[in-house]
Amino acid sequence: MKAAHLSTHPDYNPAAPVLQLKNVTMRFGGVTAIDGLNLTVPPKKIVGLIGPNGAGKTTVFNVITGFYTPTEGEVIFEEAPVVGVSPQKICALGIARTFQNIRLFAQGTVLDNVMVGCHVRRKCQWWMAPLCLPGFFREEKAIREKSMDLLNRLGLAHLARENAASLPYGAQRRLEIARALATDPTFLLLDEPAAGMNPQESGELMRFIEEIRDEFDLTILMIEHDMKVVMGVCSHIWVLEYGRLIAEGGPEGIRSNPKVITAYLGQEAVGK
Amino acid sequence: MTWELFVQNLFNALTVGSLYALIAIGYTMVYGILRFINFAHGDVFMVGAYFIFFGVTAAHLPWPVAALVAIGGASGLGILVDRIAYRPLREAPRISALISAIGISFLLENLGLVVFTGLPRPAVQPQWMVDPITLGSIRILPLSFIVPVVTAILVLALLWIVYKTRPGLAMRSISKDIETTRLMGVSVDRIIALTFGLGSALAAAAGIMWAMRYPQIHPFMGVIPGFKAFIAAVVGGIGSIQGAVLGGLLLGTVEIMVVAFYPTLSGYRDAFAFVLLIVILLFKPTGLMGEKLEDKI
Amino acid sequence: MSAQAVKNTPMVQNHSLRNGLSTIVAIGLLFGGLWLAEQHFDGYQTQLLNLVAINAILAVSLNFIYGFSGMFSLGHAGFMAIGAYVSALCILTPGQKEMLWLLEPIWGPLAELSTPFFFSVLMGGLAAAFCSFFIALPVMRLGGDYLGIATLGFAEIIRVLFTNIAPLTNGAIGLRGIPAYANAWWNYTWLIITLFIILSILKSNFGNVLKSIRDDEIAARTMGINTTAYRTMAFCVGGFFAGVGGALMGSLVTTIEPKMFNFQLTFNILLIVVAGGLGSVTGSMVGAAVITLMLEWLRIVEAPMNFGFVIIPGIPGMRMVIFSMLLVLIIIFRRQGLMGTREFSWNAFYNSIGFKDRESFERSES
Repeated sequence: MKAAHLSTHPDYNPAAPVLQLKNVTMRFGGVTAIDGLNLTVPPKKIVGLIGPNGAGKTTVFNVITGFYTPTEGEVIFEEAPVVGVSPQKICALGIARTFQNIRLFAQGTVLDNVMVGCHVRRKCQWWMAPLCLPGFFREEKAIREKSMDLLNRLGLAHLARENAASLPYGAQRRLEIARALATDPTFLLLDEPAAGMNPQESGELMRFIEEIRDEFDLTILMIEHDMKVVMGVCSHIWVLEYGRLIAEGGPEGIRSNPKVITAYLGQEAVGK
Repeated sequence: MTWELFVQNLFNALTVGSLYALIAIGYTMVYGILRFINFAHGDVFMVGAYFIFFGVTAAHLPWPVAALVAIGGASGLGILVDRIAYRPLREAPRISALISAIGISFLLENLGLVVFTGLPRPAVQPQWMVDPITLGSIRILPLSFIVPVVTAILVLALLWIVYKTRPGLAMRSISKDIETTRLMGVSVDRIIALTFGLGSALAAAAGIMWAMRYPQIHPFMGVIPGFKAFIAAVVGGIGSIQGAVLGGLLLGTVEIMVVAFYPTLSGYRDAFAFVLLIVILLFKPTGLMGEKLEDKI
Repeated sequence: MSAQAVKNTPMVQNHSLRNGLSTIVAIGLLFGGLWLAEQHFDGYQTQLLNLVAINAILAVSLNFIYGFSGMFSLGHAGFMAIGAYVSALCILTPGQKEMLWLLEPIWGPLAELSTPFFFSVLMGGLAAAFCSFFIALPVMRLGGDYLGIATLGFAEIIRVLFTNIAPLTNGAIGLRGIPAYANAWWNYTWLIITLFIILSILKSNFGNVLKSIRDDEIAARTMGINTTAYRTMAFCVGGFFAGVGGALMGSLVTTIEPKMFNFQLTFNILLIVVAGGLGSVTGSMVGAAVITLMLEWLRIVEAPMNFGFVIIPGIPGMRMVIFSMLLVLIIIFRRQGLMGTREFSWNAFYNSIGFKDRESFERSES
């Protein structure tokens, strides 16, 4: 049940950017959370969005996924404008996301959580359930198998029937990613995937992110505070401060950029 | 619709509206600090009416003393209900507290049935209050002046407490951020108890005055006025005392005046409040004076 | 899937044939039991038996809306009223209608209306589902307590409407002499239909989807689920069965009036759902049986007790005092009710009586 998305279209340009933010501004009453942001995400790359707390990074995610409608500007996904599109349709178009504060379906099992992710690609309707149509049962079986397969590839298969809320923290993060992958995305947004991890775990996470990018043929945009992870996997990084883009570029450039250092560590750190 | 009839109905509306406002304040204050609908509030109103009835007839207390006893008793009841049925659920999902409140509401009503029996009690109406006075060709009950005036005094007193005293400051603070208020050293449970106490006192006052206007006291008398007062609070803007007053007056006016102009609709009177509720929830869910409460994604 | 993947998958052995046959046998036993009851139960016991089935339908439908889909709807009595009245209008004979409509004559097209019982109950359910849809449109975006109040408001509006629109409902007088077609056979058949439809939805991935909307609506939307559409669906399906329950109840008690579809009726169903377990269909059924029997048994407390030499007067209202206390105690001390979210399953049943799965058998060996 792979999504039929733009890449199957005859005019598809594989080099076209996956996501473009053009002059996006997000204002809440008197507060400007994002100010004139321009961003272009190239296909199949892992890219990063960093900045001090409160810089507006999660707000950017909420704009991309359709929970906020930007006050100004355009959001273009695979050459189609998506401002004003509902979050569920944006998922159907191929954008999946994880959350900064893990949002699993706490009363379900691990398997249940992933199966929910498969729902967006279903063909059958709810009323076909009581009619006991064979096509319906086939689809249900396919969903279960696909979900188990995903759990396997993410190393969670042995926990399939555990309650999602009872999992250790790292496993919960992986489960959220498994669930997002179940929606067959082409573009994956990860919100602080390394939060709360020790250096060994974050090292594994880096390999893990590169693996899933290759295995699932994804473009990945992540918000992260752990600089080792960001510098380690991202090919391009955007830096936000107070809603404004203050720098962008490859890891080396960002690491030594004085504006970035000032934003994170304050004026005095620049001299070091 | 003659001029006289209009003025009489207007005073009626003012009276009923004031009573709705008094009850609505209790709902709105509790919702403001706890984000929860105290279903049992309307029954505190009922208890207040019963207390003064028994205070006067059984305990033979002079009316003002009985009134104070009734208000104090109802206040105590409100605090007790919070203590035993709502406080254990502070950390639980909100719906649990709501279900508990529904349970307490039924409990109070049926306890009333058991203890007081379903026989409607005639409230004591001091004669001078219900002898209509005549202004020109208009006949108005003195009660129709007294209720709005007493309501205004009580509301002003409450607003003074909320805006000019430290417990009031604590109440406002809790409604903004309960955790931080707790961290500031405020005994949140005591302030919550105070909120319930004040709201219940006002409801009891409303019960006393209601019983004088509609002198049948029975265990289920709080049900419909309670719903309507809650609707008034929502219409005015839940969490806002001024909103509750506005909502109460508005609802009272709509109820009385619509039936005054279209007497054939009198059978539908009880539905007006619910229709008003649906309309407000559809078009301005925060109410006429309310604030938006955002969800963080 | 690779061989490795298959080996790692904790697949449960497929027992669908065994389970399917077990269900058929169970239904057979149920009807056998009903036949025996018909022979041996007196009127009172039969009434209880019927009430249990109807309350079970009502509880399962409310649980579907609230326990599984997370919508705190307090409007159940309103949908029951719609079901009861629509069904009554379909099964009352034209002769009865002419006699009953005292305030104003019945509205023309309804006078001659008459359908077989199955269709009248079906119409009751559909009418309730139809109204649920229109009520859902405005209230769906409300959360938690506001949804409760709004649905309660609609139930009250329905009650007031039914009290006033005499040509349709005979107003406050109500309808009496409704043909008593709702015997145990019909009631339990409808219960089985209800369980079949609701369980088939809940056990499929759609059930997962509903529960995910309940647990975290924002995450559900992010995963591509049209939460508004599904909540509306749950509300309407639940409303349908509330209408069915109302229709059956109308035919069981043979007298209906708008006053009886009040908030207390909804409260009783809510009590059953909470006591049985929010999110457990089994819990709702067990709860329906227990609470219905208790409700009737506690009537003793309300009726005077005649001991010959002394008569202890009954205490009206004591039943509800006990039940309200029960609800408060359950919600404070055991919010998950009797069953929590656990369900009866044939697999668990057979495992417990000794027919263990091969997998668990191996595990217990080592």
